[in-house]
Amino acid sequence: MRSAAGQAEAMTPSPALRTKGLQKRYGDLEVVKTLDLEIEQGETFALLGPNGAGKSTTVEMLEGFRHRSGGEVEVLGVDPEHGDRVWRSRLGIVLQDLPEREAMHSFTVREQLSEQARYYPQARRVSEVIDLVGLGPKASSRIGTLSGGQRRRLDVALAIVGRPELLFLDEPTTGFDPEARREFWTLIRSLASSGTTIVLTTHYLDEAEQLADRVGIIVAGSLRELGPPATIGGAASRTPVVTWTDEYGSHERRTDEPAKLVAALRDQAGGEPHHLQIRRPNLEDVYLSLLNRTGNAKVASSGANPNQTANPNQTASVEPNEPLLEATA
Amino acid sequence: MTTAQLTLKNPLWPYRLIPGRIGYELRGYARQGDTVFFTFLFPVLMYSLFAVIFSGEISPSTALGEPPVAGQPVISMATYYLPGLVAAGMLLSGLQNLAIDIAHDKHGGRLKLLAATPMSPITYLAGKLGQVLVTAVGQLVVLLAVARFGFGAELPTDPQLWLRFTWVFFGGLMASAMLGIALSAVPRSSRSASAVVIPIVLVLQFLSGVYIPNFQLPAAVQAVAGFFPLAWLAQGMRSVFLPDGFAAVESGGSWNLPAVALVMAAWLVAGALVARFTFRWVRRNA
Repeated sequence: MRSAAGQAEAMTPSPALRTKGLQKRYGDLEVVKTLDLEIEQGETFALLGPNGAGKSTTVEMLEGFRHRSGGEVEVLGVDPEHGDRVWRSRLGIVLQDLPEREAMHSFTVREQLSEQARYYPQARRVSEVIDLVGLGPKASSRIGTLSGGQRRRLDVALAIVGRPELLFLDEPTTGFDPEARREFWTLIRSLASSGTTIVLTTHYLDEAEQLADRVGIIVAGSLRELGPPATIGGAASRTPVVTWTDEYGSHERRTDEPAKLVAALRDQAGGEPHHLQIRRPNLEDVYLSLLNRTGNAKVASSGANPNQTANPNQTASVEPNEPLLEATA
Repeated sequence: MTTAQLTLKNPLWPYRLIPGRIGYELRGYARQGDTVFFTFLFPVLMYSLFAVIFSGEISPSTALGEPPVAGQPVISMATYYLPGLVAAGMLLSGLQNLAIDIAHDKHGGRLKLLAATPMSPITYLAGKLGQVLVTAVGQLVVLLAVARFGFGAELPTDPQLWLRFTWVFFGGLMASAMLGIALSAVPRSSRSASAVVIPIVLVLQFLSGVYIPNFQLPAAVQAVAGFFPLAWLAQGMRSVFLPDGFAAVESGGSWNLPAVALVMAAWLVAGALVARFTFRWVRRNA
């Protein structure tokens, strides 16, 4: 909403994206079940969820790359299934990283961007885009010689050269080292501050926490949580957790008065409790506990193992754990 | 509606992008070492090889294993092999090149990247056809120069023959290119593209009188080859480059140019139709 504020006063802004009862089925398999979502203009929105939860299927339906089985979708006021050239020119898309892309390798960064810019009537200047994504020193290098992180920044450059109003980023930082990830976040923030609406899918909870105005957590095809990263899961789920160890073993207690509990523990033990820790649950804790509750404990924790997250959301990998889900729904 | 949107709405927009797209495709082609070798230079290398190995001369009657007859035209083997390899070049630059190239674009994710842009498939495919046209003409010029100046092959001087050459060459090239777009749907991965396409092209060359002279092929082989376009392209080219007396060596005893035109047109239409129904930016139901 930040940069759209000016327009908002003049008229009620239509959302950048809206779905109502969006569905995707493959035979009996429901990959996405009645998804309702609204993303405002200028918002940065992160869609989270384990492998096979339906994130990429959802995003591909929004991008017009996949037919939906039911429901309504409007992206920039247009049904993606009937998006024309004008609609395409208003979108920027960074696809999931592709294993093989030799086709582009023989071109330089500048050549590829100049070619891409020709397809858009209001393209950004190529040199400006190269600087924006920090590929200045690599502008004349062949794409085949770029590192993984540099290639991902080129993907973003290709997606934004047409000056999109809405940018989709599907797992943009998978396989990045921590430094590259932080540089990438800076890039995304600067795009967001220039008014671009951003829809991001990621496996990294800290990434969502850092970038997103709101996050949605999708599990087994349904949106389980929706809200700003700081408050998602509700106040109760943010109750501080105190853990410590004594002669009976390790303990964990959730309390709104952790200092009081710690003082009591110290009096009881007559000294420092062992392995004492007070933690306020962050987005990752909330996310993991949500998945545990829904029986979907198999999850990539942030930054732990990028390889594990390499190829999610293939329809074949959807795990049918519906019975457990129904129980907690 | 903004002026930018009006620019995109203009039905001519996809066509205006074509010249630039052809330039881009040509640059990509020239920088791929393996295509330059296996598609662009291959007919020239094969031609040079045959012209060196099979020296000597033939006439229509010696070609059929009969004693020489006085008054018949006599040509060098270097002249004989030229039309076959011109035809092979058309198949390589069109069918082989596009089938592999577009399969790479598809499985390498490039088509999906393009689908995300406002670019039209018309621009993309016209860029590929332009690339085929330019590289095929370049290849032809190199092949004719090597044949003429390297091996003393005789080139026709009659303008009528060059007119015939023009329609056989460009008609055949377009048929070959359409079949290439159609065939690009077959490989299931980038890596398998060459493995699927090259054997087809190689076998056709052996069956169609490119490497093995047509008059040495058994009638059954010639009959099989007659179902595919290359044999007809080679026959059309022989009618341009060989003296008329050699028409008697053809399986039908004549150049049969109407059949050449008909087969070419049929394959062109068939290829274009298959391409029309199989070529997609993305498979939305995948």
